[in-house]
Amino acid sequence: MPHISLSNLMVAYGNQKVLQNITVDIPNNQITAIIGPSGCGKTTLLKTLNRLVDLYDEIRVEGEVRIDGADIYDPKADLLNLRKKVGFLSQKPYPLPMSIHDNITFGPRIHRMNRKELLDQIQELEKHIPIDSLCPNGRQEETRHSKTHEMAYLVEYYLRLAGLWEEVRERLHAPAAQLSIGQQQRLALARALAVEPEVILADEPTSALDPISAQLIEKQFKTLKNHYTIVVVTHILRQARRIADYVIFLYLGELVEHGPAEQFFSSPRDERTRAYISGEIS
Amino acid sequence: MWCRGPRLSTYQCSFKPRKAATTSEKRGGVANAIVGSLCLAFGASLLSFLLGLPIAFALQKEYISRRLAQITRLSLDILWGTPSIVYGAFGFIIMVYLGLRASLLGGIIALTLLMLPIMVRSIDEVIRMTPPELKEASYAMGATRIETTFKVVLRQALPGMITGVLLAFGRGIGDAASILFTTGYTDYIPRSLFDPVASLPLAVFFQVATPIPEVQQRAYASALILLIIVLLISVVSRLLSHRYSRHIIR
Amino acid sequence: MHWRQIKDRLSAKSMILAVAFANSLVLLVGLGLLIKSIPILEKKSLFHLLLSSNWHPLRGEFGFYPFIVGTLEVTAIAMILAVPVCLLSAIYLSEYAHHRLREIARITVDIMAAIPSVIYGLWGVIVVVPFVCLLGKWLNTPTTGYSLLAGGIILAIMASPIIISVSLEVLRTVPIQAREAALALGTTRWEAIKHVVLRNAFHGILSAVILGFARAFGETIAVLMIVGNVPKVPTSVFDPAYPLPALLANNYGEMMSIPLYNSALLLSALILLLVVSAFNMTAHLTLMRVEKR
Repeated sequence: MPHISLSNLMVAYGNQKVLQNITVDIPNNQITAIIGPSGCGKTTLLKTLNRLVDLYDEIRVEGEVRIDGADIYDPKADLLNLRKKVGFLSQKPYPLPMSIHDNITFGPRIHRMNRKELLDQIQELEKHIPIDSLCPNGRQEETRHSKTHEMAYLVEYYLRLAGLWEEVRERLHAPAAQLSIGQQQRLALARALAVEPEVILADEPTSALDPISAQLIEKQFKTLKNHYTIVVVTHILRQARRIADYVIFLYLGELVEHGPAEQFFSSPRDERTRAYISGEIS
Repeated sequence: MWCRGPRLSTYQCSFKPRKAATTSEKRGGVANAIVGSLCLAFGASLLSFLLGLPIAFALQKEYISRRLAQITRLSLDILWGTPSIVYGAFGFIIMVYLGLRASLLGGIIALTLLMLPIMVRSIDEVIRMTPPELKEASYAMGATRIETTFKVVLRQALPGMITGVLLAFGRGIGDAASILFTTGYTDYIPRSLFDPVASLPLAVFFQVATPIPEVQQRAYASALILLIIVLLISVVSRLLSHRYSRHIIR
Repeated sequence: MHWRQIKDRLSAKSMILAVAFANSLVLLVGLGLLIKSIPILEKKSLFHLLLSSNWHPLRGEFGFYPFIVGTLEVTAIAMILAVPVCLLSAIYLSEYAHHRLREIARITVDIMAAIPSVIYGLWGVIVVVPFVCLLGKWLNTPTTGYSLLAGGIILAIMASPIIISVSLEVLRTVPIQAREAALALGTTRWEAIKHVVLRNAFHGILSAVILGFARAFGETIAVLMIVGNVPKVPTSVFDPAYPLPALLANNYGEMMSIPLYNSALLLSALILLLVVSAFNMTAHLTLMRVEKR
């Protein structure tokens, strides 16, 4: 069963409909790319998946968004748990105004996870992605922190998972604002991973970054997709071709076409999709 | 002002403790006024910070509608512009109502009325500068509103908040009209909240009106001390907000 | 429900209480003063109080006319002196000055605004009053120096920081493209400022002036120290006057013995509050609209 399934979703700001008739299942453990011209509702669609749209004035959401079978817009739904389960990466990284270390521990701390929960969380994850595999040359002694200091271990693990550890290991307590913007984005990734989500939403995560940092993020996504369901909004067609396993094409608030990436790019069914892929409209 | 400014003799007697200065005596200092002013300004700053911080936080859009926030900002701006003599008069009414005499507490109440809008509005302006995406990042991890407010917004706004608090402190310590009826004036340093208290602005105001030159010179000394305190606050607020801005996300 | 959420709900509720408290404060101050000034309003009509020049508290006559005229005149003098200078400096700082000079000016203006009014008052006593006295001698109008003009000069200086800083802010909000559009049509720099920048910023600048007016109108201590305090309608700028705030400050402490006097003074505080609030409200409403744009 898919984690996320949308049916008949309609989103409006005031009287203006931004999205309508969206019905789609998002496949598990794959990278799904949402593409389309700017202003077609890509970001709004992404933010309905973790109810960040709630923060906007006069927003109206109709239809169903089910995650693990439960309608997340049910008034009785547990919003905080939903957001714990669905991580989010914004267009421009916004590190929290604290140290690198505290950025990672922010999530576990607000969710008041105790020692055992933390250790369980990491052990569970290590079954899929062992920490050795994250060390260069797979050397065990590279991991400085033993499992007895669970927070320190957690910080190291997630920083390694986001591919940032080697660059910041000596200055974990420096302000996160001092990092370069590419490092900040990877920090944001590590921070989102630290609450152990099942889904990662990313809103044009590379658009503010230089090409090398962007490549690093894409690489991390490809590593992570085995264990997480990833949804990426992008306006770069080539990026979608590089990383996506499944593609959703939005045009003026409507879902035009969706399907596995290969089929989508090689044999699009809709005229608008063909025009977009060939670059006639953008 | 400087040419007729403080004489050395005024400095020498500035810090005589306890029985310090009167408006009529030729000898004496202004220690009572310095201590009194600091007590008044610290007390009122503390009180208005405690009352004001929740108001400033509440003006975020998570808590109240934009319209209500606008109305609240407008009424705070009106309070900011209200002449301090009106607060003095109103503070006096409250004091009579509570059965208080002119005292440190009365002065703190009147000054709090004066400082509260300044503090709230300047903290509010800083909070409004917080990038919405920063809050989003916190919410996206499952933080509640109050957690986001205290763990993220508060830290982000801290340097600006220091400036706001010091701005209000500076306004409070220099204001004479609001404490004119509410604190009284005394030669002694207050021992409790219910004692009358001297203050620098009132020292200037009363002492300059006397015909005795020695006392007038104390007015210049008081004015100089007050001016130095106010300028110092302005410098310190600039330095501190720089010092604490290393975590700030721009 | 998780207790984190309970805490969140509770704190949100108390935030609303805090907002209610902030909003009720204005009403509370106004209402308190109104209730206290009812005794005098029951005895005499407001109209009569405002337009009578007889001020004999012991005989029960409370005519506010000289005080109101005094306040208006001293404020008017302050505005006449301050507005042109402040607006020109704001325009210069915004349009012509090097950005470093602008920064220095901003800091200076901030410091000017932070200086307590007793210090302005003291400075007035030492500098402005003798200056006005000399001026009077030179113009053959004997004066002590404690006069409308001296008060006006001090108020002009005290109102300048707010006029300069607010109009500077407003001028800076006019987008650079607006200037470019005019200059691209071949206007001179001054023409671009006059037709584009000032027209765009007009409402904001007006608000700045209104804020300055309100500041001068309610200023107490500095005026009290140098304006002379004689309850008579002044006939020239070298005459002493007695503005409302000074009346309040001078007499409020010892008037508890005469209830009607008390009430009359609180009425003057109420008038002060209403006038200043009305001006401030107009200015801030305008500025909010400017900000939104």
